[in-house]
Amino acid sequence: MSLHRPKPPLPSDDTRWKLVNATMRRNGYADHALIETLHSVQDAFGFLDETALRFVAASLDVPLSKVFGVATFYHLFRLKPKGRHTCVVCTGTACYIKGAGVLVDALRAHHQVEPGETTADGALSVLTARCVGACGLAPAAVVDGEVVGKLAPEALLERLDQLEHAKTAPAPPPRARAPA
Amino acid sequence: MHLDDLAEQAATIRARDAETEHEIRVCMAASCQSSGSGQVLDALRAGVEPQTQSCRVKGVGCMGLCSAGPLVAVAAPGDTLNASRLYRDVAPTDAPAILDNLGNPEPIERLHCPTDQPFFTAQHRIVLEHSGRIDPDSLDDAIAVGGYSALVRALTELTPAEVLREVTSSGLRGRGGGGYPTGLKWSTVAKMPGGQKYVVCNADEGDPGAFMDRAVLESDPHRVIEGMAIAGYAVGASKGYVYVRAEYPLAVERLTNAIRKAKRAGFLGSQIADTQFGFEIELRLGAGAFVCGEETALMASIQGLRGQPRPRPPYPAEAGLWGCPTLINNVETFANIAPIVREGGDWFAALGTEGSKGTKVFALAGTIVNTGLIEVPMGTRLAHIIEVIGGGIPGGGRVKAVQTGGPSGGCIPRAHLDTPVDYDSLKGLGTIMGSGGMIVMDERSSMVDVARYFMEFCMTESCGKCVPCRTGTQQMHALLERIAAAEAGRAELALLEELCEVVQATSLCGLGQTAPNPVLSTLRYFRDEYESRLVD
Repeated sequence: MSLHRPKPPLPSDDTRWKLVNATMRRNGYADHALIETLHSVQDAFGFLDETALRFVAASLDVPLSKVFGVATFYHLFRLKPKGRHTCVVCTGTACYIKGAGVLVDALRAHHQVEPGETTADGALSVLTARCVGACGLAPAAVVDGEVVGKLAPEALLERLDQLEHAKTAPAPPPRARAPA
Repeated sequence: MHLDDLAEQAATIRARDAETEHEIRVCMAASCQSSGSGQVLDALRAGVEPQTQSCRVKGVGCMGLCSAGPLVAVAAPGDTLNASRLYRDVAPTDAPAILDNLGNPEPIERLHCPTDQPFFTAQHRIVLEHSGRIDPDSLDDAIAVGGYSALVRALTELTPAEVLREVTSSGLRGRGGGGYPTGLKWSTVAKMPGGQKYVVCNADEGDPGAFMDRAVLESDPHRVIEGMAIAGYAVGASKGYVYVRAEYPLAVERLTNAIRKAKRAGFLGSQIADTQFGFEIELRLGAGAFVCGEETALMASIQGLRGQPRPRPPYPAEAGLWGCPTLINNVETFANIAPIVREGGDWFAALGTEGSKGTKVFALAGTIVNTGLIEVPMGTRLAHIIEVIGGGIPGGGRVKAVQTGGPSGGCIPRAHLDTPVDYDSLKGLGTIMGSGGMIVMDERSSMVDVARYFMEFCMTESCGKCVPCRTGTQQMHALLERIAAAEAGRAELALLEELCEVVQATSLCGLGQTAPNPVLSTLRYFRDEYESRLVD
């Protein structure tokens, strides 16, 4: 027999918390669902803040230190909000051979941003990834969820400029989806 | 369900499909989707609206030649990839031309990609036999080509011991990189006393430049599910986990869909094929940690912990997930199981070399004409793969080196390209088979830079648990930076070599133990490149 503490209330009436709660419920509030749960927080909110970490820790009955440990261990989890747009430059081997470094340098020079950071105006987050698996399209980057390949630095910069100018246009689909 | 029922069901689906005259297959794997194959599929679908008996448009998995995407194949139902008419670099605006040309004996010349070229004809497809032919989201398509018949046969006609015997006699070795004999691993788990056991599929394909497992999951997910269920039956496990990278959203989506459909059709769940055997599969997402490809780290991650490895023994076969006996194999290993059960272990063992049986899927990338996915028998010569199948270096340049095994592997120089690709020959050259990434570099690539690149990778991916890996990779990286910048002398190079030995010998897990490999192998074959940058 184990003692169960009552589940904590949702941190706010933001409906996105219900999605997070649903993930935990589906996994029976088991502690091994921690990574799944953090994924669903990040999918819903874009990043993991302290409120979220505390809420997940209390709900799964896991020490906050452990939740923080997991959240910082895995590269995909972000503890800070990201910019309005993201550009993930693939730095896998094939892209490296074909000039991923030049793309990163161009972003650094043109937008004054290091990989892993967001520009001061909050417009663009630049990240690097360990191979997005589009090696046939090297060098590749993922701009707002869309893979763009065979990139020259000028083409990448131009594409990012277009994003900012098309701010009012509807956002592109988050990810390539298979037909139903 | 009996084997006869399943065969009848397959025959019915095939007969229904055969009523269609033309089948247009559009590659919907990740690479072609990135080049816009989704719009091509939509345009073709719109062109044959309303759907008629004469033509069916469907999305399929990877056809292999990723650099020519989006790829579209026009075939008769049931045709193999090589028997189909293939079009390359297809744009949505090409849809009317393709549809108009359907009955024409001549292909559209400007889009035609002949399938009688060596890239297609020199391959031997077992793992990828249905990839690019079937719709990965359709269970009917999978059943039509014999999907789940090996599982039903194993459950209704073979004992677990007989399944083990077939897998053992096949000589199959782990395709994740280690090359451990699969039959031996399965037998160890099977021998453990009863109770809860687990089957885990390692789909945390982290080597940069490797995308074989992703292609299998995106193109033929049912084959992996079937392999896992057969494994569960053979070792006495009722629960399976697939640990897949979160970086592969399409693979995750298709696998989730496939698991749901397999369950609904009774190929997963309790009392599969009216037997006492039950098997469930759950999906677990990674979160971007290379070290989680290591089996003990992977298990920690499935349990919701930080993905840090632990010492072995005990091996997962004895004490794995939650302390229970656990069988861990890679995606491609599981993808080989159904054909082995279907055709027999001896059939598989007849392919390949003395110590490496069957075929291997490679992801060809880097400076090469045909980038993409290939499957060849073990023992195929590297030169054959690169010059004949891969089409050589664009513009006719010379190969300088081929990198295999990712950050745990090494570079094979041009002089050794005549080597047959198998576990033992590659080891002899100071690299490893790895999971199957093969990156071709021409004369312009600097080997010191390549070594530094992989060391940077290992340094950032080190989990930080053991000192040799955590500190050693940082020190080696710093030395490589200085050598690359021509700021170091002979003493630093000697120190680098010493560190390589120490890190190799004393690290806890494979990540640290193999981290020096790219340095050691480039030092072995390209020492002059290091020495030319020394300042004394």
